[in-house]
Parts: sequence; C-alpha cells; structure tokens
Amino acid sequence: MRSFFQRQGKFRPLTKTDERGQDAPTIPEDLWTKCPKCGELLYTRELERNGRVCTKCSYHFRLTARERIDLLVDANTFEEWDTEIRPVDPLEFVEPGGSYKDKLVKTQKKAAENESLITGKGTINGRPIALVVAEFKFLGASMGSVFGEKLVRAVERAVDQNMPVLTVNASGGARMHEGLYSLMQMAKTIAAFHRLGEHRLPHFSLLVDPCYGGVPASYATVADVMLAEPGALIGFAGQRVIEQVTRQKLPEGFQTAEFLLDHGMIDQIIERGNIRHTLTILSDHYVGRPATAQTGYPKGLLADEPIEEEETVVVEVPAGGEA
Amino acid sequence: MTDEIVVTAPESTLTAMDRVRLARDPNRPATLDYVNELLERVVELRGDRSFGDDQALIGGLGTFRGRSVVWLGHQGGTNTKENLERNFGMPRPEGFRKARRLMAHAEKFALPIITFVDTSGADPGISSEERGQATAIAECLLQMIGTRVPIICTVIGEGGSGGALSISLGDRMLMLENAVYAVASPEACAAILWKDAGKAAEAAATMRVTAADLQRFGMIDELILEPIPAHEAPRDTIQTVGERIEHHLNEVIAEWNKDDDASITAMLDKRYDKYRVMGAWTTV
Ligand SMILES: [Zn+2]
Repeated sequence: MRSFFQRQGKFRPLTKTDERGQDAPTIPEDLWTKCPKCGELLYTRELERNGRVCTKCSYHFRLTARERIDLLVDANTFEEWDTEIRPVDPLEFVEPGGSYKDKLVKTQKKAAENESLITGKGTINGRPIALVVAEFKFLGASMGSVFGEKLVRAVERAVDQNMPVLTVNASGGARMHEGLYSLMQMAKTIAAFHRLGEHRLPHFSLLVDPCYGGVPASYATVADVMLAEPGALIGFAGQRVIEQVTRQKLPEGFQTAEFLLDHGMIDQIIERGNIRHTLTILSDHYVGRPATAQTGYPKGLLADEPIEEEETVVVEVPAGGEA
Repeated sequence: MTDEIVVTAPESTLTAMDRVRLARDPNRPATLDYVNELLERVVELRGDRSFGDDQALIGGLGTFRGRSVVWLGHQGGTNTKENLERNFGMPRPEGFRKARRLMAHAEKFALPIITFVDTSGADPGISSEERGQATAIAECLLQMIGTRVPIICTVIGEGGSGGALSISLGDRMLMLENAVYAVASPEACAAILWKDAGKAAEAAATMRVTAADLQRFGMIDELILEPIPAHEAPRDTIQTVGERIEHHLNEVIAEWNKDDDASITAMLDKRYDKYRVMGAWTTV
C-alpha cells in the first residue's frame, strides 16, 4: 500500500506509546512496532510517515491529540486556544489512590498535557476551521469542566469568526471525580453546538477509537456530518458493562464504526489518509466556496479508498479517485 | 432565579448513601403518581413513530393548574411484572426519541413542558446500542435546549446520568430533598475507582450527589424540602412539588409570549447562560 502522507518532516518525533498497552512497542528502541491487528512488524519511522496506519492491514493506531492536529491541518497553521484554563477539584474527591487534586498533578506530568481537550484553529488546504480534539491519554479524555469550557469557547469563537468546527472525539466516559459538573458538560456543550447551528455553521464530528459515554451521548453524535475512523469502537455503554448487565455474548463487530454505519448512525467511515480531503470538500459545501473556483474534482461519489494527497493550497486532486 | 429566600436543607445525620436509598425507595411517589395527582384530562401520547414505545420514559398531555401542558417522566415498576414492562425505568432509544418527539410537539402547540426525573440511567443493552442509544440521548438534549416553550424539571427520585439529563434541560431545575442526581451510580463509580461495587457508600459521599450538594454548586434552582420523607407522606410531597412547579412555571411564563420572538429568544438565552456557567476550573 502506498504511503498517504507525503509531508515528511512535518511530524514531530513520536513519543513512546507505552501508555496504551495495545500499541506498546515490543521491540527495543522503538525501531519496530508490532501491528496489534495483523501482527506485522512495522518499521516505526515508516508507520509514522503513514499517519500511524498499518501499511499491511490498514489498522489505525491511536494518535495523541497533537499528532492528530499535525495530521489534520496545514503545516504551521495551528494556533492553540485557552491553554490557561486548568482543572480544579470542586468536590474534594477522594478515591482509594488519593485525592483528585493529586491525581491531576500526576496525570498532567505523565501526559504532558494540562487537560483532556486541545482546541484551536488552523487551516485545511487553506480553509479555516476550529479544532476540538480529545486527548485520550489524559484520564481517558473524560469530560470534565475544563473540557466543557474549552469546547464551548472554541465553538463561540467559531461563531465569531464564521468557521466550521471539527471535533475529534475519543472518550472513556464521565469524569467521575467532578461529579455532576461532569454531567452538566453534556448540557453545556450541546447548548454551544445548538448555537453554532443557528448561525448555519457546520459541525463535523470525527469519532475515533474509543468513544463512549457522555461525549457520544451529547455533542459528538448530533453533528451535521458524522464521520468515524475504521475499526473505532463507539457506543453509549461500555462492552464490559453490557456483558455484565445482560449476560449475553456481544455480536461480532459490536460497536465498531462499521457496525454504526450499518445501523445508520454515521455518514461515512473515513480512512485517516482521506480526512483532509473530505474536510476540504465539506468545508467548501457549507461555508460557500463556489465549485467553479476549483479544478480537478472527480465526478461522483467520494472515494472510500485512500487518496494520494498532493500538497496544494487550492485543492487536492484525488488520483484514481473512484474505488 | 427567584428573589425569594433560598430554602436550604436542615442539618441532617443522613449520609449520602442514606439519601440514595431514600431516593430509590419503591414506595416513593413516581412520575405517574404525580401525573395522576397533579394533572387533569391526562392523555398519554405513546410511541417514537419509528420503532416502538418505551414505557420507561412516558409522556403526554394534561391540564396543570388550568393550563394544558406536555408532561414527561421516567417510570419504573412497583412489582416484577411492571418492572419488566418498564425495564426498571431505564429508557431505551425509543424512549428518548419519543421524548424528543413530544418536546417538538409541545413547541408546535406552544404548550409548556413539565418533567419528572427518576431513573437509574439509560438502558445498557445490546439492542439499545444497535438502535443508537448515544445518538438518541444526544438528539433529545439538542431538541430540549432549543425548545421554544417554558420547561420546568423536577428530580423526584434518582437522577441517573445521561438517562436523567435527557429530560432535565430546562428553565428551572427543582429537586426534592431526598432525591439524588449523579453522573454515575455510586455502585458503578465504586466498581471503577474502588474496584468494589460494595464501596458505594464511600463513592456516594465523595461524588456529592444530594440535593443540598447540588444547591451549593448552583446546579438546581430550588430544593424542595421533605419534612416527612416522600414515601411516608406521598400526597403531601406531591402537593408541595405541584405548588413549586406552579410557582416556577408562572415566573417563566410571565416573561414568555408564544407570539413574541424576542421573548422566546430571551428565554432561550437565559437557558443557554444557565448551563454556560456550569463548571469549576481556574486559570493560570
Ligand atoms: Zn496491520
């Protein structure tokens, strides 16, 4: 399979991925990474160059929020917002391992992020877009007060600056340590997107692995266009909970992106290598670039095979577009 | 918010878990008890027009204090048979889609909405996932936040997570003294963080799930006292709740005119602001 990502040198050196058991490199010095799906030993540099998609079986490895942003936006266009907002411990929550306050300090150090959501703006092939990207390695991208506040501010800025919003959604569920503050972020975020809709600005939602609980039960599944990465697990209740409660065996492929597509819950499954192209087209439809100003679009359906991306400011030309 | 003196719960020796147990007491009045006691000319409106009718989340028309309203509420059962029919008060996607339909219906006919919140949560089953449980809740929330009629919500029992939130976005949020409202059940929280569902009492305490806690955090507009716990004085409790709903509904309706867009926008802006400020964070 060809490499999707031609913009070499754009990616920062990847950090170790040992925070996720499934992606943990098993070979010393991280020179090689084993694909958890097909078992192929992949040359790590080659994997990174391919947007962390297995070159043999197309398995989509999880990305950090910053890796994701690097893949999405034009080089050097990302401007991060609201980095000064930090979590607090309003409930004085105590769990067996200690206080939430201490947990936050430890997590911030370990994840090298201040919270579980990164927001900002950038351009995709020159089209401005507000980005709201979940960081799963920070407490499972659970939705706490900072998540909600940063998201709402990003959406409000998108309204002010007349931009579409892309949310990249992964979440393990609620931030239990923030109690009802966590639940109320569902209300707060959905209210913000209601406003965005009133301004006729689109919300594109990209569901990535894994996405559960309050995030898909609020703003992430009522976007104007619902996209998901291949193989991503998405649902309301987690699989272990469902098995425990129902004592039933889960069907094959349950809660995968493909399952959601079959059940009518999403518009498209998008290969990582196609996402910029898809967002470029979508952005033009909703934010109003006339089609005549563009050249080279193929007729017919959006291809569902990876498209060779060419780095042009105007628009990408999918080579051999039709699947 | 009202200008009146805020009622706060009296000092109590009850623990958070005691309140959880009270909230779940099977003899505590449930949605249908309120509907039967407070509303006249009640017509249940059933079905999501797509797949089925969910008896765990019910709704319809009724006359409340001389005014036609749309009512919605969670409803469990009082015996095994009824619990199975009502899925223990845990709505499936059809319930949320029906709620959404009835909210849009209320909007079409400019009828205020009153809701009764009482569920341990949304159904966590295989078929609910297949039919889009997360999406159904989300669509219900999106409808509710923008619904152009006054909405008064009351937590009467257990407010469990997204299933409870689905009919809780309104202009006023009331809560009975012995009701609880939580992002996850204490048992689920304990199972995850303590690795032991038996530690629910510890989890309930630190999660701050009581009406008094939520009043302190500014998440409810009124705490309705239960001088005698609701299951021991159901009729009195229902009447008190009815009075408080009427009071808040009258206040919101006073500033709302179904034929005046500006008044509707003002109401929706207030509703937006109500949730906009919910959160606890700091800046560096
Ligand atoms: Zn592979």
